[in-house]
Amino acid sequence: MQYTLLILILPLLSFVILGLVDSKWKAQVAGTLGTAILVTVTLLSYYTAWEYFSTANITGSYQRIIAFETEWVRFTDYLHINLGILLDPISVMMLVVISTVSLMVHIYSLGYMHGEKGFERYYAFLSLFTFSMLGLVVATNIFQMYIFWELVGASSYLLIGFYYTKPEAVAASKKAFIVTRFADLGFLIGILVLSYYTKTFDFGILTSGNASVFASTTGVTYMGISVMSWAMGLIFVGGAGKSAMFPLHIWLPDAMEGPTPVSALIHAATMVVAGVYLVARLFPVYYVYSPEVLHGVAYLGAITSLFAAIIACVQTDIKRVLAFSTISQIGFMMVGLGVSGMGGHHGLGYMASMFHLTTHAMFKALLFLGAGSIIHAVHSNEMSLMGGLRKHMPITHISFLIACLAIAGIPPFSGFFSKDEILAATFEFSPYLGAAMSFIAGLTAFYMFRLYYGIFWGVEHKHAHTPHESPLAMALPLIFLATVTVFAGFIPFGEFVTNDGAPYEIELNMLVAGISVGVALVFILLATILYRKESKIPTQLATTFAGLHAAASHRFYIDEVYLFITKKIVFNLVSTPIAWFDRHVIDATMDGFASITQRISVLIKGLQSGDVQNYAYIILMGALVIAGLVIYF
Amino acid sequence: MFDVFSNFSSGIIPMEAYLLLSLVMFFAGIYGFISRKSLLMILISIELILNAADINFVVFNRYLYAGHMEGFFFALFTIAVSACETAVAIAIVINIYRNLHNVNVDSLHELHEPESEQ
Amino acid sequence: MNFLSIFVLIPFLMMVALLFAKNRNQINFIAASGSILLLIFTGLVTYLFVTERAAGNVAEMLFRADTVWYAPFNIHYSVGIDGISIAMLLLTSIIVFTGVFASWRIDPLPKEFFLWFCLLSIGVYGFFISIDLFTMFMYYEIALIPMYLLIGIWGTGKKEYAAMKLTLMLMGGSALLMVGILGIYYFSGAQSMNILDIAQKHIPLSAQYFLFPLTFMGFGVLGALFPFHTWSPDGHASAPTAVSMLHAGVLMKLGGYGAFRVAMYLMPEAAHEMAWIFLILTGISVVYGAFSAVVQTDLKYINAYSSVSHCGLVLFAILMQNETAMTGAIMQMLSHGLMTALFFALIGMIYGRTHTRLITEMGGLMKILPFLGVSYVIAGLASLGLPGLSGFVAEMTIFVGSFQEVDTFHRALTISAAASIVITAVYILRVVGKILYGKVQNPHHEDLSDATWWERISVVTLIIAIVALGSLPLWISNLIHESLTPVVNNLMR
Repeated sequence: MQYTLLILILPLLSFVILGLVDSKWKAQVAGTLGTAILVTVTLLSYYTAWEYFSTANITGSYQRIIAFETEWVRFTDYLHINLGILLDPISVMMLVVISTVSLMVHIYSLGYMHGEKGFERYYAFLSLFTFSMLGLVVATNIFQMYIFWELVGASSYLLIGFYYTKPEAVAASKKAFIVTRFADLGFLIGILVLSYYTKTFDFGILTSGNASVFASTTGVTYMGISVMSWAMGLIFVGGAGKSAMFPLHIWLPDAMEGPTPVSALIHAATMVVAGVYLVARLFPVYYVYSPEVLHGVAYLGAITSLFAAIIACVQTDIKRVLAFSTISQIGFMMVGLGVSGMGGHHGLGYMASMFHLTTHAMFKALLFLGAGSIIHAVHSNEMSLMGGLRKHMPITHISFLIACLAIAGIPPFSGFFSKDEILAATFEFSPYLGAAMSFIAGLTAFYMFRLYYGIFWGVEHKHAHTPHESPLAMALPLIFLATVTVFAGFIPFGEFVTNDGAPYEIELNMLVAGISVGVALVFILLATILYRKESKIPTQLATTFAGLHAAASHRFYIDEVYLFITKKIVFNLVSTPIAWFDRHVIDATMDGFASITQRISVLIKGLQSGDVQNYAYIILMGALVIAGLVIYF
Repeated sequence: MFDVFSNFSSGIIPMEAYLLLSLVMFFAGIYGFISRKSLLMILISIELILNAADINFVVFNRYLYAGHMEGFFFALFTIAVSACETAVAIAIVINIYRNLHNVNVDSLHELHEPESEQ
Repeated sequence: MNFLSIFVLIPFLMMVALLFAKNRNQINFIAASGSILLLIFTGLVTYLFVTERAAGNVAEMLFRADTVWYAPFNIHYSVGIDGISIAMLLLTSIIVFTGVFASWRIDPLPKEFFLWFCLLSIGVYGFFISIDLFTMFMYYEIALIPMYLLIGIWGTGKKEYAAMKLTLMLMGGSALLMVGILGIYYFSGAQSMNILDIAQKHIPLSAQYFLFPLTFMGFGVLGALFPFHTWSPDGHASAPTAVSMLHAGVLMKLGGYGAFRVAMYLMPEAAHEMAWIFLILTGISVVYGAFSAVVQTDLKYINAYSSVSHCGLVLFAILMQNETAMTGAIMQMLSHGLMTALFFALIGMIYGRTHTRLITEMGGLMKILPFLGVSYVIAGLASLGLPGLSGFVAEMTIFVGSFQEVDTFHRALTISAAASIVITAVYILRVVGKILYGKVQNPHHEDLSDATWWERISVVTLIIAIVALGSLPLWISNLIHESLTPVVNNLMR
């Protein structure tokens, strides 16, 4: 399956071409080229998926296929970075998800970014991102993943800062890069530790279940914690950074400063789930060698999920609401992985998490693209400036509603199936956690419908010109993604993706499904009462719980904590003193040597008066003294 | 030391007399070199020192190595060298005079580092 | 004299030709054609070297030549190259080439500028091809002296102070070095100053204990070893563009290269015993340089402190004494040389237009100077270690290599050095965000013109080199790797 290499090469080519031509071509030509290349990539991905799932299952489970591999750099005899393409169920699944969403975003942007300055640059960056993300998912070894991990971070930086004349966008891009960079440091050290003990970067060897690979880690502890827990925990830090887990989530809401299609692609569907993908990729290692880290992942996912859901309930910027909703949903995926076991029914959580990743990518991209369509129409992100848009934008309205129902977990939309599996797995792991997650699922339904009613119902806001439905290029992806969202739930996902490769038949747990649907309906009803018509109750509630409301609106002051750490501690308490120390102590010492030398020279330069007569006198006297000494001693 | 005078009676001027003369000349020269401020006087002092040395050469040659000629020749050399040296020196002195309108050594501080320099 | 000496001969002929040049066009023509010739010649030598190695020649140094120069003291003029020299020569040729184009409009006294520039090149090339301690030291001194005049005459700001400081500190370093080299010669008992001959001998341990610090520190001063790095910010800030490029790009590598080839290679036992002292110092360099860069406001100061941090990493990796880390060190030298040269070139070009280097006085330049802006972002991304650009491979090789040292001391240092990549991101993005993005700060900047053709040649060459090294690192890392074996074997002895 060597042709899969094209899936990587084509977007890179597109990036290089579009990057080099800059603004020499007509904008539409560049956009069309980028999109055309992506259509090819998408078709190739679909073909790969078809070929893989139809041929790779030979022995009752899906095989790993290395479609291509080449040595990139060699560190030691056993540690070397290879670049290659690994095909297994999850990477093929991700190929499909990424290329689909990316293609939709490419098409959508033809309309959304129409007439923007730097159109070619935008498409170049999109291609770069697509290349990096695809490279990440097909990585054959952990270091290749790290390479592309950094590349997606950089392309995300470039895309968030696309409107580089806007100070907020610049600050947000910087923040996103630095926060994830910080997390990546954990990832890097984790890789170093893991690779030192296992002597390999290769996923195939790491996840083969061969215990001899990990033989040298047994009994090695550091500060009372086993070295494998350190390694896997640190690697997870990297994943937590990219996937915006608490408390490293702060960059994601700010990242909404980027163009909306970018938010749909990077900050909703693909890059932010890289952390989930990372855990899934190393799942066998987590499960066997550091189960406590895996449980930590579950609890952290739950906390993040709850935390983000609460904040999402009070945000007024529609993209921010969606951002927090994304964080919350990624929390669900993490919980799914964290509670999962290995193989068959025990592997339900894993399967569900991957399923949710796929469906979420579709409906969240749909939500973002819908939001983009709305922003395109009303030229604002603020909910207060919207309302009553359902009459003006029917396509957007219907597709948005479908996505809301999906994320709320109402059957038969896709979100119901995937979320339900996660809840079922969670209940099996711990009923308390399951109950909490059901509650969070309810909250999800609540804030999504708050958003939905706020935008499409309620009082119509006066606009300078009447909002209108978006152009075809933008409507088409909405329709496509809405269709996928409606039907994706019926894909027999367990047939394809499980953590042991053996197909597994999903069965609905009616009790769990009933509870979750019931909870969702109750919360939707609540949202309907509160937000469908203009109502005083939300304001009253806000005043009653003033403290909580204020804290949630300020995102629980986590950003302030970060600001304090970076500005006050790093900048004022570390860097400034060090710079001062450098100039006033180290450099002053060096200057001090120079000035001491000079002082001494000033002191003794009287001897060197330049007065020859004086010299002669001294010579004479000296001669006499020496003569005297010679004579008398 | 003063037995120099006792040798006068023999009709030959004793070597010590010459040496005494050159000694006086030499120290007069040195004294002049150190104490005089005028460049010309310093030059003359240097001539005195050189001439004292010349006398010594000749005297030692005449009294101690009669028959050899090295001392005489060396004296001649020195005279020639000192003539050249004087010519150059006078040229410099004249140049200095043209620039500064005096020949006082204390006023020659063009190349001296200014005192205020840190 | 064999063909390696042509490296020295070409700049010399350029100097002779420059004497007869009449106007700026002729001067530029001579400088450009000379530097292109050097580049081609380096490519040729690389090709010859690779074919020779492929043909199975496993000698430690290839193309050796030896001429007796002053027999009583066993001073020979001897040259030879291995993979590491090849890497350094490639770097030098690229930087000299781009430096010439970056100073296309140098003013005043272009002829004199290029004369000194060529002399500097002679020193650098000579240093990298020599394998005799004395020849090496002589070229080292040749490379240092022109720096004083180049900064003092063509510099900006406090140039006299900076030139004096840089020269004095580096001279101080070379004084230590002189003692070290003579000590090595004397105590080794070898009848030659040739490095390869001395490596066969054993220098008594007691002598090593004082010669190693002397030599390492002597070279360390040039490699910006903490606390002898302070010439770097002042010197680089005042130097003219091409000199900053050559100095940070190549001359600072003389330090790392020398420390590696003389200190580590000839005195392995002392290196083994005393590495911890210098590891701490270099560890401080790495983190300290990065933190200092965070609060600077002058572009050149930021880059100078960043150089302290990155060059600290070079010495750090050399001291780790394993093959992987050392490969990383050499690659980091290459990578840092290229990207810092790119940085200084771009800063020079921006300064030439805006007449300020303070980041507080600039903003929104991306819109006005798109070419320079994009190049600056690329340089920045290379500096913070983006995969695909040179910095990443070098740093990762260093970290993976350093992590193979098991004890807590080495581990802790490696982790804190690795932490510097986060701080690097902070200061790079701060600068980029401040000067390139945002709104145009100074209305006078609105009508600045973007890069000229000669500036583009310089910048594009460097970017190509950075991308090439970053995306296809295997061949160069193999080239370096195989040449390291004798050194590592010596260390393991």
